[in-house]
Amino acid sequence: MKAVCWHGTHDVRVDTVPDPTILNPRDAIIKVTSTAICGSDLHLYDGFIPTMQSGDILGHEFMGEVVETGPGVTNLKQGDRVVVPFTISCGSCFFCERDLWSLCDNSNPNAWMAEKFYGHSPSGLFGYSHLLGGYAGGQAEYVRVPFADVGPLKVPDGLSDEQVLFLTDIFPTGYMAAENCDIEPGDTVAVWGCGPVGQFAIRSAFMLGAERVIAIDRVPERLALAQAGGAEILNYEEIDPGEALKEMTGGRGPDSCIDSVGMEAHGTGPISLYDTVKQAVRLESDRPQVLRQAIAACRKGGRVSVPGVYGGFIDKVPMGAFVNKALTMRSGQTHVHKYLRPLLERVQKGEIDPSFLITHRLPLEEAPRAYKIFRDKEDNCIKVVLKPFAAAV
Amino acid sequence: MEDSVSKQPSKDTEASKLERWASIISGGALVLGGLQQRSLRGILMAAAGGSLAYQGVQKKSTLKQVGEAVGIEKTILVEKTVTINRPAAELYSFWRQFDNLPKFMRHVKSVQVHDAQHSHWVANAPLDQSIEWDAVIVDDQPDRLIAWTSTDDAEVNHSGFVRFQPATGDRGTEVKVVMEYELPGGAVAAAIAKLFGEEPEQQIGDDLSRFKQLMETGEIATTDGQPKGA
Repeated sequence: MKAVCWHGTHDVRVDTVPDPTILNPRDAIIKVTSTAICGSDLHLYDGFIPTMQSGDILGHEFMGEVVETGPGVTNLKQGDRVVVPFTISCGSCFFCERDLWSLCDNSNPNAWMAEKFYGHSPSGLFGYSHLLGGYAGGQAEYVRVPFADVGPLKVPDGLSDEQVLFLTDIFPTGYMAAENCDIEPGDTVAVWGCGPVGQFAIRSAFMLGAERVIAIDRVPERLALAQAGGAEILNYEEIDPGEALKEMTGGRGPDSCIDSVGMEAHGTGPISLYDTVKQAVRLESDRPQVLRQAIAACRKGGRVSVPGVYGGFIDKVPMGAFVNKALTMRSGQTHVHKYLRPLLERVQKGEIDPSFLITHRLPLEEAPRAYKIFRDKEDNCIKVVLKPFAAAV
Repeated sequence: MEDSVSKQPSKDTEASKLERWASIISGGALVLGGLQQRSLRGILMAAAGGSLAYQGVQKKSTLKQVGEAVGIEKTILVEKTVTINRPAAELYSFWRQFDNLPKFMRHVKSVQVHDAQHSHWVANAPLDQSIEWDAVIVDDQPDRLIAWTSTDDAEVNHSGFVRFQPATGDRGTEVKVVMEYELPGGAVAAAIAKLFGEEPEQQIGDDLSRFKQLMETGEIATTDGQPKGA
């Protein structure tokens, strides 16, 4: 089959590889009809996530048709159309039982590696480094899905791939980010980063009752899309977001701040340069420019929600502000399984059509170009959907 | 061969060893911290008391005496705990069936059960070699604890126990494994040391992770055999 493989920094290729097979009783094989490139795939593309190996198959946002099931999977059959959570979860450990699916104890065969980095291992993820399981991803014609009796959700008739594909990651991720803000009536939520997760965080914040959302980015088309979603917008290259946020909220600061940028934040000024240099020489794994701004801007007693990906260590965290303003910070890989059904219902009811995000639809073969334009934000690229069987689409 | 244990001056009386054993199998503290310089095997032997199944175990093998004489004796001591979301009784029963162990212990090739107390273990060693020993159960408390030690004639003195303790607040069962390998030196020691690599804790930890996966999900997570680009 054809699959998008990582071969090094800024080197992804479409390789011909063997088809996946059932390896465990609870596996299923899915024929991928649509798969997307995630902003977090760009951290792999840029070489900032450790433990990638040449030849690893990328992709954790995918859906398709069940073609084969292991003997332990009785709830799916050949031909079922499913979306697959990017987090791999067993459904029976302490964490899965408490709806903390991305913390599954049993899905990372390389848990020891993650334990060295983090003390404990989160769940395995599709196509996201050996540290997080080393599972082959779904930017491919076929993919093996472990614990298929727990993760995949059957898609009701009448919904297109594009309407449900983002249930695999970015819609739940944006939604959980907003949920982590414990939004109350009258709240103002600031969202750093108007990429795909930021866009869903903006819309989810409104769904959860926010009165105002202020979105921060520098890319005009992304700011425009945020505005279309109801947000007020700030271009951080034109105005200092800290000052502006304070002015826009009567001096109080936003009730909640969402960092949907993560480890590769851009900024202005000397501290930003400091991070770029330190990250470049690997003295600092992540550039936490946005996180610092969020902590500084947030109102006293407010919430900082971090859906953005951080992989390692950061410098110069304003811990004094965090403590003295009595902030709360919440984060985590998304507990996708928890949100699949409720968010599918919102799509079915027409509360949101997630396909608003898609700017590019390309055959799988064009993945290398797709990664490049997405990374460089060329051609107004916001979200790319790849079609492995383009001819049949 | 004389009983070498009785000749060794020891601060530990058998009674104090028994006391320590009682605290090990019920306590919440780190076992190895409490053992300090003392041997797990010594305490296990005291726990076994005068049981008939245990006769002869206190003698040291010739190989071990040689190892001690030339000062290349090496002891690997490991302690590792994992919490498993299943009842203690179920975990105990699965473990007590020793021929289940190779399903999740990567280096154990086979365990042949001879009778209620005795079993024969074969572990993989580098270069297609294997290491074998006979083990005897010295303490067996249903749903709670299994302790074993290798018999006198084993090339490798291996002792250990697994303890199953209910976790607080319905959080499953805490499974603690403590193992000791006394290596006699020479080729066998080298093979075992290599077997365990730099970090025996990690290997025992991995075995315990696989035990947990098997008991909680019915399978062991893997990516072996999945496709990959050239």
